[in-house]
Amino acid sequence: MKKQIEGSQAVAHVVALCRPEVMACYPISPQTHIVETLSRKVKAGEVGNCQFLNVESEFGALSVLIGASAMGARTYTATTSQGLLFMAEAVYNAAGLGLPIVMTIANRALGAPINIWNDHSDSMSMRDSGWIQLYAEDNQEAVDLHIQAFRLAEELSCPVMVCMDGYILTHAYESVDLPTQEQVDAYVPAFEPVQVLDPQDPVSIGAMVGPEAYAEVRYLAHHKHVRALEAIPRLSQAFQDIFQRPSGGLLDPYETEGAETILLALGSVNGTIKDAVDDLRKEGWPVGSVALRSFRPFPSHVLRHVVQDAKRIIVIEKDLAMGKGGIVSSDVKMALRGLPIIVDTVIAGLGGRPIPKTSVIDTVKRACLEGLEEPHFLDLNWEAINRELTRQQEQRRSGPTPENLLREMGVPGAKPV
Amino acid sequence: MSYQRVKFYQTGTFTVGNRLLDESDRTVQAGMDRTNSLDSGHRACQGCGEALGARYALDAVMRATHRQMVAVNATGCLEVFSSPYPESAWQIPWLHSLFGNAPAVASGVAAALRAKGKTDIRVIAQGGDGATVDIGFGCLSGMFERNDDVLYVCYDNEAYMNTGVQRSGSTPPRAWTNTTQAVGTDPGNPMGVGKNLPRIAMAHGIPYVATASVADLHDLEAKVTKSMAIRGARYIHIHVPCPLGWKSDPAHTIKVARLAVESGLFPLFEAEGGHVTDRTRIRNKVPVERYLELQGRFNHLLHPRDESALGAIQAMADANINLYQLLSSEA
Amino acid sequence: MIQIRIHGRGGQGVVTAAELLALAAFQDGKASQAFPSFGSERTGAPVTAFCRIDSQPIRSREPVYHPDVLLIQDSTLLHQVEVFGGLTAPAIVLINSTRNVEALHLTDFVTQHPGVQMYTLPASDLAMKHVGRPFANIGMVAGYAALTGEVTKASVNKAIKDKFSGGMGGLNVAVAAEVYDYVAANMTKV
Repeated sequence: MKKQIEGSQAVAHVVALCRPEVMACYPISPQTHIVETLSRKVKAGEVGNCQFLNVESEFGALSVLIGASAMGARTYTATTSQGLLFMAEAVYNAAGLGLPIVMTIANRALGAPINIWNDHSDSMSMRDSGWIQLYAEDNQEAVDLHIQAFRLAEELSCPVMVCMDGYILTHAYESVDLPTQEQVDAYVPAFEPVQVLDPQDPVSIGAMVGPEAYAEVRYLAHHKHVRALEAIPRLSQAFQDIFQRPSGGLLDPYETEGAETILLALGSVNGTIKDAVDDLRKEGWPVGSVALRSFRPFPSHVLRHVVQDAKRIIVIEKDLAMGKGGIVSSDVKMALRGLPIIVDTVIAGLGGRPIPKTSVIDTVKRACLEGLEEPHFLDLNWEAINRELTRQQEQRRSGPTPENLLREMGVPGAKPV
Repeated sequence: MSYQRVKFYQTGTFTVGNRLLDESDRTVQAGMDRTNSLDSGHRACQGCGEALGARYALDAVMRATHRQMVAVNATGCLEVFSSPYPESAWQIPWLHSLFGNAPAVASGVAAALRAKGKTDIRVIAQGGDGATVDIGFGCLSGMFERNDDVLYVCYDNEAYMNTGVQRSGSTPPRAWTNTTQAVGTDPGNPMGVGKNLPRIAMAHGIPYVATASVADLHDLEAKVTKSMAIRGARYIHIHVPCPLGWKSDPAHTIKVARLAVESGLFPLFEAEGGHVTDRTRIRNKVPVERYLELQGRFNHLLHPRDESALGAIQAMADANINLYQLLSSEA
Repeated sequence: MIQIRIHGRGGQGVVTAAELLALAAFQDGKASQAFPSFGSERTGAPVTAFCRIDSQPIRSREPVYHPDVLLIQDSTLLHQVEVFGGLTAPAIVLINSTRNVEALHLTDFVTQHPGVQMYTLPASDLAMKHVGRPFANIGMVAGYAALTGEVTKASVNKAIKDKFSGGMGGLNVAVAAEVYDYVAANMTKV
């Protein structure tokens, strides 16, 4: 049923329908509405016998779920940014132990400097942890990916992160088709653990593994991701069969037929990109776009197949690898090696800086006409940067950079949006 | 007192008679049908107090719960020596996650059991002093304040032993460790630092807190058994000598543990809801030096004698004796 | 597509105003999107919210840079924040104030921006009358509906009842009704 609803509320609604048994949550902006709503639902008795724990930290939250999942319970939590880093040890631990935990990441920038707005630096920091990473383009997708995540995680015995842009999606109020309990039950079967703590059949979970076997254990974890490349499209098809709408899959091509230039991105910016593609096409530019749904596993083969006839891929990413440049673009370049395709890296949207359609259009034109430097920083205030660099060169004690820059840019809030 | 303490006085032999006790008064360890939750073949050092403490505690839990229990272990000596790949010494369902999260993981196991309506299965979390007092402190406090139905057992050997003997928040004053070496003007661990976890546990107001020692098996088992009859967050702090880190003779482990109790440095007591309810009296008080002199980690206090330090440590022991009325015959 | 930008201060229900518009448009069978400009919101600080309404699905995620509609809930922002940034004709500006455009010193602005129609509406006062608190957001939403018909009054009323439970819903509907009458009596519709 279609409902005009806030993204966070929609996600909470659907997670509850997936019949979690244990949730442990620690609040952090911009995920708070999700966990608040879930705690209310549990307390009101709307989620069966689900146990909701208010824990002392994000590290505690994921640790609680590790125990609960090992005990055979379906588990869920949500976090972002600093919280994800705080639980980093547990993130790797959960994946290494093969526990099918589902976690929402309400993507938010990492500090320092502290920033509560959206970018992908948080989930990018955990990209090699062994968690499957899915990115939602809009709130419908966010809802649908959570449902698919529970089934995917439990089928493979691998934890799954569903990433949705903090504020941009979590706090956006838009129309979402919410499924029924019957539909969710038809799609997500009861949890049957691969390993479980059972007094009748005791096992030791979490033993040390030395040089003689560690590599094999790690390869087998990697192999789950290889299997996920097959499972994700299959589960997407199964989703369509029950919910009667296309959703999920490894990636979503848009107007790529005959496209010489293809934009590629993760998450909500794909909406703006589609608008830009339409505008450019109207002007005669042969442009298309690819929205990557699954970032881990990285769908190299499918991507290669979809874009192989293009001349240029422009990757727009909301993250920055210090001292290097693009993260997503690196994976794209690897996937496309050997093909005569230029891959541009556009670093955009860091710390919640908006990505206007006009900037996307200008960048595409510039890339095609002049080429872009590698990496290209979208809408960066070079004047302010150069002034700060001069300041740093002139004086040893130049002070905290953020303070200097903020002073330059005036009082926040007094400027137009 | 949870049980009637029977005192045997025999000279010239250490075989004190469980055989002389009624079967129902004997320890779990004396039973032929004891579960050996931590089975032989583990790789602990000769004379390891923690291996002893863990077997004592877990077998008592197994009896109290009719073998319906799950254990969550923090990283540390116990976890490492009990699960040398590809073997495991555990005869019970056992989960090891991380160093700092055992209390939280145990909370999760308990929550899953509640969700599934299987609350007859009980949950034990265990770890060394490092995992409990330091890195896992936040999670432990969280488990306490939520009053999750978990018994947390801390095996306190007073330092990070598995990584090579480094100081923890439980290392006693003036003790040598590799990060509080016996050099300079203030050799060993400083005075006036450290955490008293049992009293911090009490401050959370949880249903049951107790200290125990591997030197007193009956007392330890009685406390573990009593705690399992209670629902909610419970904490037992067991003193376990480490011959390697304490630089003591492996053959002296029980003796050293007993001297810690008899000197007053490690008081045995119970508390419920934040108030001390009982204590195990000291039979023969000994000066702290009898305890310290068996451990190389205190060598620098005795050779040459550091009267000031010894006096301060004696004062700590006397303070415990006063606080917990360890010598008094009144309850 | 209609792009609406709402300016106000934290605590004045600016985000709710955007959501009411989006919800009303949804009831009307349109596609709509509402979201705040996420600042370190605190009571009294300037806040902005956005709403887009269209007949087809809305994909854009950027803030509203070129509003077709400006709703200014707090007139003290007029000369403090660049509320008019990006305003492109044809556009409508509705300001919550008991004063008229001239008294707000905005006549020059209107002259310099042909195609921009500016109105004032005493939304806070009307709210005070019924609800006892000067929440201008209901009045602004109702005023916009009444002036333009871009969202129907029936849908606005339904949205109000959805968002505000119990007695509050009824009172706010009364505020809306009064605004519809006020607009009908005093203002020329767009």
